[in-house]
Amino acid sequence: VANHPGERAVLDAASTPMHPVARDTLMAAVDAGWADPRRLYAEGRTARRLLDQAVEVLAAGLRVRPSELSFAPSGPAAVRLAVDGALHAGRRRGSRLVATAVEHSAVLAPGRHRAAQGGDDRLFAEVPVDGTGRVDLDAFAEAVGVTGTTAAAVQHANGEVGTVQPLARAHDLCRATGIPLVVDAQASLGRVDSPGSYDVLAGDAQSWGGPGGVGVLAVPERTRWSLPGPAGEPGLGRSGHTPWVPLALAAAEAWQQAEATRSEEERQARALVDLVRAAAATVPDVEVVGHPTDRLPHIVTFSALYVDGEALVHEFDRRGFAIASGSACTASTLEPSHVLAAMGALTHGNVRLTLPLASVSPRRDADVERFCAALPEVVLDVRAQLGAEHL
Amino acid sequence: VTPAPNQAPAPPPATLTVDARGLRCPLPVIRLAQAAGGRAAGTVIALWATDPAARADVPAWCRMRGHDLLDVTELDVTVNGDDEVVHTAYTVRLGEPAR
Repeated sequence: VANHPGERAVLDAASTPMHPVARDTLMAAVDAGWADPRRLYAEGRTARRLLDQAVEVLAAGLRVRPSELSFAPSGPAAVRLAVDGALHAGRRRGSRLVATAVEHSAVLAPGRHRAAQGGDDRLFAEVPVDGTGRVDLDAFAEAVGVTGTTAAAVQHANGEVGTVQPLARAHDLCRATGIPLVVDAQASLGRVDSPGSYDVLAGDAQSWGGPGGVGVLAVPERTRWSLPGPAGEPGLGRSGHTPWVPLALAAAEAWQQAEATRSEEERQARALVDLVRAAAATVPDVEVVGHPTDRLPHIVTFSALYVDGEALVHEFDRRGFAIASGSACTASTLEPSHVLAAMGALTHGNVRLTLPLASVSPRRDADVERFCAALPEVVLDVRAQLGAEHL
Repeated sequence: VTPAPNQAPAPPPATLTVDARGLRCPLPVIRLAQAAGGRAAGTVIALWATDPAARADVPAWCRMRGHDLLDVTELDVTVNGDDEVVHTAYTVRLGEPAR
């Protein structure tokens, strides 16, 4: 496989380059929409109008009313607020949270912290998943049935392995006991149809090619949800967070761009992920992780036995590929991915691709084909570095 | 090296012990696989490791290779009379065919 100096293949769109049209919108809005939308003078009124347009687009995309949409400083912040508001509104019932073991750390870390602070393990229950990453619904039913349970959190789909959760059934189980279901859709919004089974929904504009720093929350009027502390300013949605208007506008533009091509984009991404899964499966002792069919179109991950994940990331990087890994020592932590561990998957030698939208990355097809061609050689080389090729 | 008293039922005695303390993933699993190479099915191997990734990777390796993970125990051992080292002891029984 030849080196392509300067030709980078970005296959880690968890944090994504922006859609080019959204980028233009952002640049224009920096000039036109800089003002505080709460100001009464002309520039403020212009910013307000632009923000209202953004809210309308995003609310329609999530199939809620504009008054039901609000913002947060990031996707993880939106998820955290979503849980906090559900717990706070239900505080007379208790303070126990149920979550799947593969939720984002924005759910797991505060949940564990609350239980530790409260000195009571029962305040946070982590429900196991099967080998494909799907939540064990029997265990979930049992967990939400425990007295004092106040809210449950189940992601729409996992951002590391792509597996889609059985949300409709989880929502039924929550409704049967009268607790709200918080759904983290950070990995899926704009890539597949927005989920309909939830009481509070949280997402991140980066999943649809929007800018960083824009978390979104959908809280339907029927949901009992309120944040602790003083009430936010009226007219800014229920989170009370006013986004920087140019960012909100760019997020809305990216949404419209992604929505216009979604079904074709989804089909193409799925086909590319199938190529990666097939290429990975040809390498000895490589396991493709995640549900084979019930998964997001654009995320694929695999683990290679006897391979150092950090060395894999560096070797792919050297060959021009930006890829992520759930192995220990490949992120800010020495711990391996809790998602892979919960699934019983191998955590070392892990590679994770999050495909950018084709409209963001026009050479995506060629990049993935080049990646598939390099994959066996890179895995075998890195395995041989540890003298583990014949184990 | 003296193992501390252990409340849990003792795992079967190991034929050999692999000391991978202080090694980072994937080395503990590689050391375990090297020790398993060419040994008969039924051989019991103990692995000592401090790497947190071994918690997930030793069971995954057993699943992929058809071995049985008999026991996982946290151990405090005293080295040279003073330093206490916390590590995890994994007891594995090799399946057929042991590679």
